[in-house]
Amino acid sequence: MSSNPLARLSRPAWVLIALTVLAVASVVLFMTLGAKGSWSFILPFRGKKLLGLLLVAYSVAVSTVLFQTVTNNRILTPSIMGFDALYVLIKTCIVFFLGVGALTSISSEWQFVFSLVAMVGFSGFLFRWLFLGEERSLHLLVLVGIIFGTLFRSFSNLMQRMMDPGAFNVLQDTLFASFATTDPSLLGISCVIVGVVSVVGFRMMHVYDVLNLGRAQAINLGVDYKRTVAIILVLVSILVSVSTALVGPVTFFGLLVVTLAHSLVGNSLHRYVLPASILLGIIALVGGQTLLERVFAFDTALSIIIEFLGGVVFIALVLRRSAR
Amino acid sequence: MIITNQVTKNYGTSCVVDGVTLELPQGGVTSIIGPNGAGKSTLLSMVSRLMAMDKGSVTIGGLDVTKAKSDELAKKLSILRQDNHMTARLTVHDLVSFGRYPHSKGRLNIEDKAHIDRAIKYLDLEPLSGRFLDELSGGQRQRAFVAMVLAQDTDYVLLDEPLNNLDMKHAMGMMKLMRQAADDLGKTVVLVLHDINFASWYSDHIVAMKLGKVAAQGSVKDIIRPDVLNPIYEMEINVHEIGGQLISVYYG
Repeated sequence: MSSNPLARLSRPAWVLIALTVLAVASVVLFMTLGAKGSWSFILPFRGKKLLGLLLVAYSVAVSTVLFQTVTNNRILTPSIMGFDALYVLIKTCIVFFLGVGALTSISSEWQFVFSLVAMVGFSGFLFRWLFLGEERSLHLLVLVGIIFGTLFRSFSNLMQRMMDPGAFNVLQDTLFASFATTDPSLLGISCVIVGVVSVVGFRMMHVYDVLNLGRAQAINLGVDYKRTVAIILVLVSILVSVSTALVGPVTFFGLLVVTLAHSLVGNSLHRYVLPASILLGIIALVGGQTLLERVFAFDTALSIIIEFLGGVVFIALVLRRSAR
Repeated sequence: MIITNQVTKNYGTSCVVDGVTLELPQGGVTSIIGPNGAGKSTLLSMVSRLMAMDKGSVTIGGLDVTKAKSDELAKKLSILRQDNHMTARLTVHDLVSFGRYPHSKGRLNIEDKAHIDRAIKYLDLEPLSGRFLDELSGGQRQRAFVAMVLAQDTDYVLLDEPLNNLDMKHAMGMMKLMRQAADDLGKTVVLVLHDINFASWYSDHIVAMKLGKVAAQGSVKDIIRPDVLNPIYEMEINVHEIGGQLISVYYG
């Protein structure tokens, strides 16, 4: 028996403890820092914002980890599959065909449900490429996703150009990721959806590490590969829908936290990488928002900073790959 | 017993495996040999359900590989391919532990741990068991994957060019291990091999393939003969008997 149980902890365990402390500290600071006035107002007000940020951090981190696991690739994120582009297209279509008033007259719950259905339907549509071939079919699916993403983006661009400039302005405002203004009316439904996804995802926890070994090894070890990958991609598309609906499209945030999590934890086992990514996401969003809002008194700059850092990480990853 | 019936695979218009019908005996070591492009690896991939076949059927120990449940098959059959590129960062011990996944679904019990330790020991990996795979040489990594397959403890073990990346000592060790697995543990081992002398020395049964078809099959002394090998490899191969074993000489 060791006299000091802490001395026996492994590196991933230490990392998780440190990240938990930082994440809790960010949350506490976010709720309390610079609070003036009655707590009965501040707690629910900031609590709603906090819940939104936590949901986004969780959804983005989990969806990116799982997406990288099924694609066996450390550079890809779900946004490459055109999910974000589809979200932009949906919003653009609403403004283009129904007029700018529709963005506010259609309740945000309905817009949310609609984009959720569209995104899950889109991933279901992409699966036909997964079931078509075998060896390379997943790569084919990702490539087809990228092409559709480009198509969606081009359609959105076309409509945005033909649109009344005033309407375009309003539209563009809703398409910028903003962590400061999560839509509070969507929190309830998002919590339920994320909860259901998490239960399904958690029950498959043991499969993720096996999928990490690649398709051939996963099949050798008895994983029902196509079915498992299809389920995981549906979970990913739901999580992406939730985070985009709450704050708008974010491209590099997931890549940033997951890459950091991998290098901190030092191995690829999901029981470490998943929680580490979620905690890093919380630290980056909640901690970053606290810092910007309360310390520097900026307002909407966090998404820009996070996307900038994520972009730098992305370029570094690409350069390191090509150097090998 | 592994039975393939009219197994066929086409890539576009070219037929890579052309109606192969085989009965590989239960137990013992069977080697599949043949020149590049003969369809050896493709056949092995189809037998092990990694690749769908265009025509035909395969049964392993009575289970139809395309219809049986994948997790049931994983307890009976293991396959290791040549290319084991992996993005995951894992230690040797982690990797070998995955061999127990079909039995434990991620929750290792004492029996699983015994299998893992034995497999690591069999392949001389004890000093490396805490090392990450990306810190190992190609041969060491190859042995780690074979240890994983051994830990899976299946009746049928299929290996695609297991001697790749191995030096003479470890190549011989690997073949001895396969012999042991067949003789002592009663496993059925099927190997794709390029070195016909390894095939000759260590197998019970040899299948020779050419252009997607079975060119010849039988015991070692039926196959390791100049009149059989020369047309398959389209080169001059001399066979000598050395110490009771048939050795082919084809250099020069």
